[in-house]
Amino acid sequence: MTQPAAPLLEVEDLATHFFTRAGVVKAVDGVSFALRRGEVLGLVGESGSGKSVTGYSILGLVDPPGRIVRGAIRFEGRDLTKLSPDQMKAIRGRRISMVFQDATATLNPVLTIGDQMLLAVQAHERLSGRAARALMIETLAKVGIPDPPSRVKAYPHQLSGGMRQRVAIAIALLHRPALIVADEPTTALDVSVQAQIIHEMRELVRRSDTAMIWITHDLATVSSLADHIMVMYAGKMVEAGPTRAILKNPRHPYTRGLLDSVPSRNPRGVDLPQIPGSTPSLLRLGAACAFAPRCAFATEACRTAPETVTDEAGALRCHNPAGLAA
Amino acid sequence: MSSAPTDAPIVPVEVEDESRGTAPPAPAPAPAPVSPWRAAWAEFRENRIALAALGVVVAIVAVAALAPWITPQDPYDIGNLTLRDARRPPGYVGSNGYTHWLGTDASGRDLLSAILYGLRISIQMGLMAGLTALVIGTTLGIVAAYAGGKIETAIMRVVDLQLSFPAILLALVLVALLGQGKTQLTAALVAAQYAYFARTAYGAASAERRKDYVEAALAVPLSGARLVFRHILPNVMPPLIVVATVQIASSISLEATLSFLGLGLPVTEPSLGMLIANGFQYMMSGRYWISVYPGVALIVLIVAINLVGDQIRDQFNPRLKR
Amino acid sequence: MLGFIIQRILQAALVMLAMSALVFVGVYAIGNPIDVIISPDATQDIRAQAIARYGLDRPLWEQYFVFLGNLLRGDLGRSFLFGMPVIDLILSRLPATLELTLIAVLAATLIGVPLGIYAGYRPDSPVSKTILAVSILGFSVPTFWIGLILILTFAVQLGWLPAGSRGPTRELFGIQWSFLTLEGWKHLALPALNLSLFKFAMMIRLARAGTREVMLTDTVKFARAAGISEATILRRHVLKLISIPIVTVFGLEFGSTLAFAVVTETIFSWPGVGKLIIDAINSLDRPVMVAYLVLVAALFVTINVVVDLVYALLDPRLRPGAKA
Repeated sequence: MTQPAAPLLEVEDLATHFFTRAGVVKAVDGVSFALRRGEVLGLVGESGSGKSVTGYSILGLVDPPGRIVRGAIRFEGRDLTKLSPDQMKAIRGRRISMVFQDATATLNPVLTIGDQMLLAVQAHERLSGRAARALMIETLAKVGIPDPPSRVKAYPHQLSGGMRQRVAIAIALLHRPALIVADEPTTALDVSVQAQIIHEMRELVRRSDTAMIWITHDLATVSSLADHIMVMYAGKMVEAGPTRAILKNPRHPYTRGLLDSVPSRNPRGVDLPQIPGSTPSLLRLGAACAFAPRCAFATEACRTAPETVTDEAGALRCHNPAGLAA
Repeated sequence: MSSAPTDAPIVPVEVEDESRGTAPPAPAPAPAPVSPWRAAWAEFRENRIALAALGVVVAIVAVAALAPWITPQDPYDIGNLTLRDARRPPGYVGSNGYTHWLGTDASGRDLLSAILYGLRISIQMGLMAGLTALVIGTTLGIVAAYAGGKIETAIMRVVDLQLSFPAILLALVLVALLGQGKTQLTAALVAAQYAYFARTAYGAASAERRKDYVEAALAVPLSGARLVFRHILPNVMPPLIVVATVQIASSISLEATLSFLGLGLPVTEPSLGMLIANGFQYMMSGRYWISVYPGVALIVLIVAINLVGDQIRDQFNPRLKR
Repeated sequence: MLGFIIQRILQAALVMLAMSALVFVGVYAIGNPIDVIISPDATQDIRAQAIARYGLDRPLWEQYFVFLGNLLRGDLGRSFLFGMPVIDLILSRLPATLELTLIAVLAATLIGVPLGIYAGYRPDSPVSKTILAVSILGFSVPTFWIGLILILTFAVQLGWLPAGSRGPTRELFGIQWSFLTLEGWKHLALPALNLSLFKFAMMIRLARAGTREVMLTDTVKFARAAGISEATILRRHVLKLISIPIVTVFGLEFGSTLAFAVVTETIFSWPGVGKLIIDAINSLDRPVMVAYLVLVAALFVTINVVVDLVYALLDPRLRPGAKA
């Protein structure tokens, strides 16, 4: 893919492993991608694919026993994996923000919205009480919360689920970050609210030229939002490319499977096609392609893991891309 | 969205087996599933302190159980005692030829023997009270969880009220009302503790009750007893085990305290608390061993039990799993 | 909010009523009620007189009302041992117990909680493991044993502090307190330390467990993602979240500490309510026992109400009218 402007974020061969009692879990094992200003990347995969851990790795929030074991994360000219904890802390919330899945868990139930937002404001800026409050109200309005001044005094349980998530998004936007990592932000919400928030985020991102990584298991949600899509499986990227290309012509059998199981793509009354089997245990990955046991196109060649091949259509890691089976 | 591509369609589910024929070998077979008890034991073993504590507990229980056979002297046999041997320091060789390794007490008893017998009594009381409280409390808790309605509220109100009442006060009052003696003391200890078991069992049973499989089992009228024993109890056990360890240690401590205050077992069966109490007055004059050694034995036992209980609790706490 | 408070107080009053009935039944119906009023070694004549005078031949429910009436008037009978009205006896001893308990509990919380938070924040550090080990000792070792060791070390061997009894007192609000004198503190030191150790250990363990759990939640992760410093997270998020269980335990354990004062007071010859009850039990001074029970019940009910209220103050989800 040609990149006219210098990328904002460049992840190169990122690997994050968890050293547990039972063995080494290779949650992320060699992931690379790049993101430009204002671009939205949709990171798609099932649970256990490593998509969330990729997000945490970028923010330096990987908890022990996990650790980034190799790779580079270049952001605004610096390699985040080599920064000190203090330097990372200065970036978190200011240049890169994160939104989590369940706002009921991320917002502290015993503090008011205002108190929590204030903590986030003061983490990076020394503002006067009035200026801080003005910033908070302005940001709340930006995410579509009605009557911000009264909401600021409220407690999280007094707001609906959608409102709470909007507050979380507002906190992420306070310092106008260049990149937002959103980890399944709409999964816990009603479908109607989901659609609203996706729409609002898209507008926000376009207007402010913020880059976004939208992590999800649901291809449908990113289809309207993302400029590029990267599909992950068992800790590795299996396919990546511009959204339109991937949706129109998915090449990896897994991507195919994901797309085919989207309800809106299938005629009514017919059983939804499913990908047989389940995700492998990340403890026991061998040298073979991790998807092979579930793959309809698997051949002898799949005993060894495929390499990534990058061409104009995108990146692909597969011996037998769908449609080109021997 | 465009319709599915027309080239090589994705093979639907039924053909799975055929395609498997050409698939590469599956990844190395997963090891045989380990029973949860073995897994728990393996995890327990990793905490060396808890392991050592468990060893200590087992050792003490063994020694105490064998006390009648291994002690050099029977501390209850008044005939054996000579006042000439009283209050002697550790290492003194008594009139009957024994070496009193830990000294003697105010009546001339060999302290080592007295301590071993005392440990025996303490462990006996602790276990009896603890296990009785376990059975009573668990029954109440499970009944409350399943009976629901007024019975549930009634039982749990009483339990809650009792939980906020300090065990020692309750025991004091009961002993005062019922008089002294082994059964009375056990009753007092049980009454002071069943509430912890009841509340834990209630909490766990309630959580289980809400699970779908119970609803299903209740729909097919599965006999209540079967449901309880095969399904509920296994799930209620882990937190109960934690509470049981703590409560047994607590029983031992409570009994010792009561005995120390003179409200525990009768003088003829000196438990550790009473030994300590008897030696209190001699501490000022430097004959510390009469109180200190029984005290050390008591503490070692209680601390060891608590260490084991701590490890068990950490292991069963789902919120600490990474 | 006012309605909530009133509701709680009414509930408490109900519980008190129930407790008084229980005590009444326990003492009057089960035991021989006459033994509560007249010492058992009085002559038959005096007993008959007393039975008639105190209406003990009246039906039980009538007696209960008399009992209740007396209670509300503050008349709890006369002590066999001391011959004075029980209420006066208890009130004269109460300040000693209160000051001991309060100092012990405050010390335990103010030192124990920060230590526990540290231990929970860095659970694998050697300091944290030491703190935990010490707390296990404080938790397991029976209070009376610690008292003995304290006396042995500080009073007998080192001779720094007195081995018992209360120090000189000074008056405040019409009551005599010993913590107002320097000499008084010397006497308070050991018993307060003894009493506080158990609580101290409990507070450490509670704070540690709470902190460990909270540190793994998404709330903390999100705060970190916003770039908030660890110190601020501990201060503003963690402290507030663990304060709820801590306050609950603090309140409930206050009552328990008062109960354990019984042991400490015995060892250190501290002239408080605890020693009173032990002496009463040993000498079968029934009026004192009854009064003590009622007093303790009242105390517990009050503590429960206060804890409920503070709970609601700390956790906004529990306040009435919570849902917007």
